[in-house]
Order: sequence, then C-alpha cells, then structure tokens
Amino acid sequence: MTAKMHSPADAAGIAPMVVARGVEKSFGAVKVLHGIDLDVMPGKVVCLIGPSGSGKTTFLRCINMLEKIDRGLLAVNGEHIGYRVGKDGRLCALNEREISRQRREIGMVFQRFNLFQHMTALENIIEGPVGVLKESKADAREHAMDLLRRVGLAHKADSFPSELSGGQQQRVAIARALAMRPKLILFDEPTSALDPELVGEVLDVMRKLAHSGMTMVIVTHEIAFARDIADIVVFMDGGWVIESGPPAEVLGNPRHERTRKFLQSVRGENDCSGG
Amino acid sequence: MTRRLDAVEIIAAMPRLDGSESVVPVRHIGRWVSAIVAALLAGGYLYLLATSKNMRWDVTYTYLFHPAVMSGLWLTIQLTVASMALAIATGGVLGSMRLSQNPVLQCLSGATVWFLRGTPLLVQLLFWYFLASLFPVISLPVPFGPTLFAVDTNSLINQFGAAVLGLGLNEGAYMAEIYRAGILSVDKGQTEAAQSVGMSRARLMRRIIIPQAMRFIIPPTGNATISMLKTTSVVLIIGLPDLLTSVQLIYARNFQQIPLLAVACFWYLACTTALTVLQIRLERHYARGSKDAKGVGLAGLFGPFLKSRLASKENGL
Ligand SMILES: Nc1ncnc2c1ncn2[C@@H]1O[C@H](COP(=O)(O)OP(=O)(O)OP(=O)(O)O)[C@@H](O)[C@H]1O
Ligand SMILES: [Mg+2]
Repeated sequence: MTAKMHSPADAAGIAPMVVARGVEKSFGAVKVLHGIDLDVMPGKVVCLIGPSGSGKTTFLRCINMLEKIDRGLLAVNGEHIGYRVGKDGRLCALNEREISRQRREIGMVFQRFNLFQHMTALENIIEGPVGVLKESKADAREHAMDLLRRVGLAHKADSFPSELSGGQQQRVAIARALAMRPKLILFDEPTSALDPELVGEVLDVMRKLAHSGMTMVIVTHEIAFARDIADIVVFMDGGWVIESGPPAEVLGNPRHERTRKFLQSVRGENDCSGG
Repeated sequence: MTRRLDAVEIIAAMPRLDGSESVVPVRHIGRWVSAIVAALLAGGYLYLLATSKNMRWDVTYTYLFHPAVMSGLWLTIQLTVASMALAIATGGVLGSMRLSQNPVLQCLSGATVWFLRGTPLLVQLLFWYFLASLFPVISLPVPFGPTLFAVDTNSLINQFGAAVLGLGLNEGAYMAEIYRAGILSVDKGQTEAAQSVGMSRARLMRRIIIPQAMRFIIPPTGNATISMLKTTSVVLIIGLPDLLTSVQLIYARNFQQIPLLAVACFWYLACTTALTVLQIRLERHYARGSKDAKGVGLAGLFGPFLKSRLASKENGL
C-alpha cells in the first residue's frame, strides 16, 4: 500500500488534491518543464494559461502519468503519482496495475475528445465503470443515463461518435470521465477543437461541474471563461510558472510583463469571438 | 446591352424545382456507349466459349464431381484452413513480439520475419519436408536431465504437416506485418483515453485497439486467404494431390486440358466466392461506428453490386 504523505495542509487543515514541487520534464535534450510548483485544493478550479509550447499540456499529462516526470514531487490525493515510498524511504516505481489504479481517480478530457469510435455514447461511458470498476451493467447504465441527462444528451445515448457534433462528443467525453467518479478531472483545451458556436455548450457543462464542487485543472485559451470560473489562474511560459493567483490578480492586474503581453495578444482574438 | 432582369421578373420568368415535375436528367452518353461495347465484347466471348466445339463442356461437367477432383478439393480446403490458422497464430505471436517493449523479443520477431519473407516459399516447404534428414528425432530434453519425450520426425511431420508448416509459417510473417500496421493505424488518443479510465494493457488491447484495428486487418487478411487457397497448389512438389494436381493427373491421361482446368477454376471460384462473402460479413461487423460503413475491398466482380446493396441496407436501419 502507498503511504499517505505529509502534504502541506492549508490553514484549515485540508490536504491539497494535487501537490507539485519542482516538477521537471525533458523530451530528449529539450527541457519542457523547469520546476513547476502548484497546489490544487479540493473542490477548486485551477486554469492553466500560457502561450503555445509553454508546457501546459505536458504538465497536465504528468498528473495522470501519461508522461513521466524526471525530477520533483507530484502527488495526487496524498499519493506519489507513479511511485510509492519503500520501507527504506526510497521511491519505488509502480507497476502497470498500480498505475491503472491511480488513474481511475483522475479523469481526463482531451482536446480531440478521443471517444472510443466503435462504441455508442452510452457504451463509451459505461466501459470504464463496468470493465475497470466492475460495476454491474445495470448500475453503470443508470448512472450513465443520469450523466447523459446532466450534459443534455440523453437522446444521443445510442449514437456513435461519428454521428455527433464536436460539442456533443466533448460532452460525452466529460460524462465518460465523470462515470468513474473521479476525485479530480483534467481538461486539456477542451474547446479548442470546436467550432465557435459549439464552445458555449461545453463551457456550460464545465461551469455546472465546477459549481458542483468538482476539483478541476483546466488548460484553456478561453480567458473570459477562466476569469469567470477559476479559483486560481496559473500563467506558464517556457516551462516555468510565471505567476499564479486569483483571476482578478493574474488576469486583472498581472505583475509580470510577460503575462501582460500574453493577455494582450489573446484578448485581441477573444474579443472577436465574444468570449 | 440588354437590361438585366430584376428579382420579380426572374421569379416570374423561371420555373422552379417543386419536386413533382420531372426534371430532364443529364444524359450520360459516354457511359451508355462504353457499357454497350463492353457488354457486347463480354457476351461475344462467353458465346464463343459456350458454343466452341473444342471446348468440351460435357467433359467439364463429367469431371466436376469426380471423386479424384472432390478429394483434391477437400485437400485444398483443409490445407487452406490449417495453413491460414497457423498463419494467423504465427502472425499474432510475431506481431505482438514486434510491438512489445522488450528489445530481445522485437529483434527475434524482426529476424524471423526477415527470414520467412526473404526466402522462397518452395524452399521453406522442402525444408520442412526434409527436416527428418536434419533432426531424425525430435525430443524435449530437460537440460542436464532425462528426456521427456522423443518422436521420430518423419512420423510427426508427414506430407500434410510439412505443407501446413511451410505455407502457414511463411504467410505468418506477412500476417505479422498486417497486424502491426493495423494496430498502429488506430489513433493514439484511443490508447490515452483508455489509460485515463484506468484500463489495464490487456483490456485496452482487447476492448479498444483490436476491435478498431480489425477494420484495417480484415481486407488484407481476406486477400491473404484467397491467395493462400491458390498457393496451396505448390504442395504438388512434395507429392500431395490437391485440387490442381488431381486435375492435372486426369488430363495427363485423357488430354482434355482445358475442360479439366475449367473444372479446377470452377471450384477455386466457388471457394473464393464463399470467402468473399465471409469477408464482407466480417467487414460489416467491424465497421461498427465508422461513418463509411465501407468497403467490400476485393469483392472484384461483385463489388459494386454488393456495395450498393450494403449502402441501401445501412440506410434502412
Ligand atoms: N512527445 C514529445 N516529444 C518531444 N517534444 C514534445 C513532446 N510533447 C511536447 N513536446 C514539446 O514540449 C513543449 C511543450 O509542449 P506542450 O504541448 O506541453 O505545450 P502547450 O503549452 O500545451 O502548448 P499548446 O498551447 O500549443 O497546446 C513544446 O515545445 C513541444 O514541442
Ligand atoms: Mg497543449
């Protein structure tokens, strides 16, 4: 079993859902993350923003082990991701099964939806609960229908992904992540592959999710949405966290020149699309 | 310059499509001409073939169900089924070794494929047939211990066994590549999505990757099976009387080559047709969820016909 770590608890004594300290990651000779520090408290929404290539996706993928970190500490829900602490205090790499177990608690929503193409919306949603959590099919279906209703797609339960619009596919993908009853959901630019008129429906679902108390880490270029929904906004550039804090500070009154420049550049685009 | 019509005048002057009135369709004159020419040529050819005095259809008919032909056909079917089964299994093993993360397995698989694809099928067939001269006895010894079992190679590998080993392993090398390409053609996002719901590697392959890879795997596998059906005739070299060999043995005596070759063609075509139908069914099964409930791949002659039937059925759903 994995030992619970002594996580830095906040004033109220609540342990963070995600703790990152000095997370570094390289692809070959290229260093992509230079030591990321970040806490995500339970029930909070953290938005990662920053220019293209700044390492947002890479960091998000490290959180559920789609990428392995080189150095630093990355813990979710009090457990090292990908490692456990051995008897002698050293880290031991987890095997495939243990990593799968950790991933169950972390939902992920992808930029390109990645719905299972050969399964209907309903089958996509129950695949994890039935196959991995060993829920009964009847229970899983009931839960799935409930989730489909919540994302407004109960009538599309039997449609295949190829028969759904991008916005609908992304809402099914969110329902698929929720079906695992995760403690945390990661979103990687969930609306950037969508036609502008479909962005709203996905953001609405995410907004409801945030209000329901889900812990969320969202990589996004929708600055208006981040301002509206985020508890913390993190601005990354070149593999560093440049600044982070409440949206009013980071977006409204950035301390760093680079943040200001970035916001100016995206604001130009965002205003046209009506945010 | 004439005055341009304004909108009211255009609306008044021009008939509109209202669905009920018949619109004169575009005439495809070229299409009609080419169809008629092709049909005349094909019809003439068939007429010549059917009425030619030298083409002894009565001989063809007499030998169609001849016992020797039947036993040859049966052998061909057995060889095809057994060799393809071995090929599919071998391909599965070699393909998964190639895709594994173990470098030793990868190399072994690569070397095996390299050898099996790089040497003639005939040589491999003869190799298995003459294996007994290399290893007269096949045994399973425990290192530094007693021998668990030992058999005479010739009794273990008879002609049929040698034929299946030769054909099956050779085809297996090609199947390995077909599987590998099929699996690699499934989008990486599918793997990541499956991993993010905590699926194990085995489950991910079984539930997500293989069902989707099947769409890419079935058409070339169907091709391979049909080609195997015909390739089995090389077993002549180790003295097995398959369909073609039995037919040859008959015309060696009565000199009715063409009518008897027609007998062989008839049965080969019958088998190929059956395989094609099977392939179409499998393809439709695995086309689940894909927009283009596509492809009758190599249905050849029947392709367009079957395809249009396929399309109308899909729409009827
Ligand atoms: N698998 C990989 N192999 C090599 N380099 C990679 C890989 N994935 C990402 N990179 C590099 O890492 C850097 C950070 O990429 P990342 O995708 O994390 O950026 P991002 O902030 O998400 O950008 P965007 O806003 O464009 O999505 C980029 O320079 C990218 O080229
Ligand atoms: Mg990205």
